[in-house]
Amino acid sequence: MEILKLEHLAWDLPDGAGIIKDIDLSLESGKLVVVTGPNGGGKTTLAKLIAGIETPSSGHLFFEGREITGLDITERAKLGIAYAFQQPVRFKGLTVRDMLELASGKKLDDAHLCDLLGKVGLCANEYVDRELNASLSGGEIKRIEIASVLARRAKLSIFDEPEAGIDLWSFARLVETFQEVRRQKAGTLLVISHQERILSIADYIVVIADGYVRGAGPREEILPTLLADERSPRCPLGKESARV
Amino acid sequence: MNKITESLLRVVSEFGGSFQGAYNVREDGECAGRQSSANIKIESKKEGPGLVIHVLPGTKGETVYIPACVTHGGIDDLVYNDFYIGEGADVLVVAGCGVHNEESTEARHNGIHRFFLEKGARVLYREKHIGTGKGMGARRIDPVTDITMAENSYLEMDTTQISGVDSSMRKTTATLAAGARLVVRERLMTTGTEWARSDFDVTLEGEDAGVDLISRSVARGNSRQEFNSCIRGKNRCTGHSECDAILAESGSVIASPSLEAAHIDAALIHEAAIGKIAGEQILKLRTLGLTQEEAEERIIQGFLS
Repeated sequence: MEILKLEHLAWDLPDGAGIIKDIDLSLESGKLVVVTGPNGGGKTTLAKLIAGIETPSSGHLFFEGREITGLDITERAKLGIAYAFQQPVRFKGLTVRDMLELASGKKLDDAHLCDLLGKVGLCANEYVDRELNASLSGGEIKRIEIASVLARRAKLSIFDEPEAGIDLWSFARLVETFQEVRRQKAGTLLVISHQERILSIADYIVVIADGYVRGAGPREEILPTLLADERSPRCPLGKESARV
Repeated sequence: MNKITESLLRVVSEFGGSFQGAYNVREDGECAGRQSSANIKIESKKEGPGLVIHVLPGTKGETVYIPACVTHGGIDDLVYNDFYIGEGADVLVVAGCGVHNEESTEARHNGIHRFFLEKGARVLYREKHIGTGKGMGARRIDPVTDITMAENSYLEMDTTQISGVDSSMRKTTATLAAGARLVVRERLMTTGTEWARSDFDVTLEGEDAGVDLISRSVARGNSRQEFNSCIRGKNRCTGHSECDAILAESGSVIASPSLEAAHIDAALIHEAAIGKIAGEQILKLRTLGLTQEEAEERIIQGFLS
């Protein structure tokens, strides 16, 4: 079943420079899709367009067959799209517990909080009552951000470079969590990442460069080409639309 | 006490139909109920309006409630309450104030509280202010707190003013002896055309005295706030003040912190930040399904919690 479809999607800077250029993409439900490509290629912008944080200059988005191009962030969140920011924001006065309860839409008991934070390598006892302020390190706030998206149990969860700022041990736990979500068919995961470890667990890989989809397909097809060409300054793939 | 007082007390002083332990309820300038306990004695002042509260040395785990309410316009209540906290005592003082006004004349409460903490005494001082009623007359609360702390004593002052007070002028002064520690947490929200001013003046006299002053405020509508703090370090000591303010609509805040160090080992810090709610914070909460308005309210609620 198709969960997300992008048709001729484009997004321009105010000066007219194109960041996303005529992207066609279709994602299958229940899969782990990794979006990769060079820095500045448009990956984060694409994720923000899907979440409704940015509005496309042209093109259309469909979620479970329904057009969502005109829906705002809140409406898309309520439909089941979740987004983990690459650089999470801090809040004075909101605790980790507050954030996870807001994300899940209900009160959470200690066992549930422990389970959620455990998925990102944090101990609930140490963190639930801490404020999401400057007392938390970059890695801690990042992991809580990821936990907040997991708490939503969304139909489509988007993670923008979840590995950034996370230590090796927590990263390994996160990879296990992504695999667990897929195994339990608990939603579709769209992960923006450069990490080979994450690429290696993908069902599908989408390569974005210069605002275009340069390649997309099953991991077995795309990953060897990416790895073989990792020293090349040019993107290895030349396709401009894809169904994954 | 009348129904309005009962209603105000539920908000400002944890009133659940009765008080456990020592208390004195002040209603429209008169005593509406008083009770002392074995360890906490409450007596009227001989020389003017107000109370003398003695907490015996070594008293632990007891609470004394000293709320005051003004229930109609035309009242200008001035009261002087002195708290003597004996050596080694550890108590909670709840001293909220509510002003209700359905009339066109002003209703005001001005509570002047003096604290004298003996060696090693510990006090948690909670003070919540609220204004209610739809009268055109102003609701004013002008609290003054003057704190004298002996060696190794500790006072934590938790003040909250969330809504309905048209005008408030808070003055807090403190002098700390060696090893004493003062923690102040102020939360303030003004709306409409309300005005609020907070002045803090803390002198760290003794070696290793310390103060931590945190003020969080929200100015909405056309309301105005002023925050002035001065921490004076006269010995080896630590002082920290933090003033964070959120502006919404046409609210305005003036923050004027100052530090005075008169000793080479006085470590004094001030932080201040004034601005609107960060757009990224709203975006994050909207990705969780909250609307713009719900996100703003939740951020303010958390900020002032």
